[in-house]
Amino acid sequence: MRKLWIGIVILMLFNACKSNTKTALPILGYKTPVTKTVNGKTVTDTEYATIPPFKFVNQYADTITQKNLDGKIYVADFFFTTCPSICPVMHRNMLNVYKEFKNDDNFRIISHTIDPKYDTVPVLKRYADKLGIAGNTWWLLHGEKGDTYKIAKSYLQSVSEKNPKGEYIHDGFFILIDKQKRLRGTYEGTDPAEVTKLIADIKTLKAEPDQIAAK
Amino acid sequence: MKLKVTGIIAILLVVIGASCQSDDQIEFKRYYSGGSLVYQQHCQNCHGDKGQGLSALIPPLTDSTYLKNNRRKLACIIKNGLKGKITVADRPFDDEMQADDISPIEIAKVLTYITNSFGNKMGTVTLQQVQEGIINCK
Repeated sequence: MRKLWIGIVILMLFNACKSNTKTALPILGYKTPVTKTVNGKTVTDTEYATIPPFKFVNQYADTITQKNLDGKIYVADFFFTTCPSICPVMHRNMLNVYKEFKNDDNFRIISHTIDPKYDTVPVLKRYADKLGIAGNTWWLLHGEKGDTYKIAKSYLQSVSEKNPKGEYIHDGFFILIDKQKRLRGTYEGTDPAEVTKLIADIKTLKAEPDQIAAK
Repeated sequence: MKLKVTGIIAILLVVIGASCQSDDQIEFKRYYSGGSLVYQQHCQNCHGDKGQGLSALIPPLTDSTYLKNNRRKLACIIKNGLKGKITVADRPFDDEMQADDISPIEIAKVLTYITNSFGNKMGTVTLQQVQEGIINCK
């Protein structure tokens, strides 16, 4: 009987330790080994892919560059306002992310339009109003088509021109970016369960020491 | 022994009774289940899995009064799309719904599904009603 109790106590301690260990999110994207010379010694470090500098305009006609996202965790996606297929369901799900973090000034959502010809700044503003988003938590970004398509690749996203049927084909992923502008997660934006995981992962990411330290 | 036989017969009668449905009920179920598949493929992305719509962009399908008042127009709305301002659930909407050229039988099925889901209860929308509705599209 005593042995059983000792066994139970050991098991409980083991579980207690396990639940205290917070898991960190993986770092995604291409890795490149970088060889540096530090204090006369040659060290090899791993450099992770980051989102390169950019310049777009949001729904308020404000210029947005990578600097506006310094010190912020953010989620990116690609859409267009007249999208009849996956965009409504993506943004229905993204609204849950918005509602969860809209009071956190160190968090942003950016949605790049892949149809800048139709989705002008006033069209984006009208869409934002009707979607029921306000303030600066969620930016709808307008830019040159080439710039948008190029930055999509940094987010590992595939977007392309209209096909012969007049449809734009694009991925429906939400991409989670950390304060060091590294990719930390991709989530199928059309799947409510994946978006629930995204919300949980944002909370995990916010608690990582190098995210708390980053300004 | 006698009691057992009577019991078995009674159970059999109940089972047979329950499995016997009127033709109308069977047709409703056929339309409804087929309609749920059409809904998933053609409607759900915009109108949502619970017919909830999307903010002020896409109207919900939960306004039974709107559906009843526009009963005869519903087939045309699916077939030809919808433009202009409408009021659904006391809220204004004026974005465009695209036309979706699906067959009349699919329209009948999906309308049966929509008008009997999300809190609506309007009974079967038959193929004949859809065909009549389409002839009168403006």
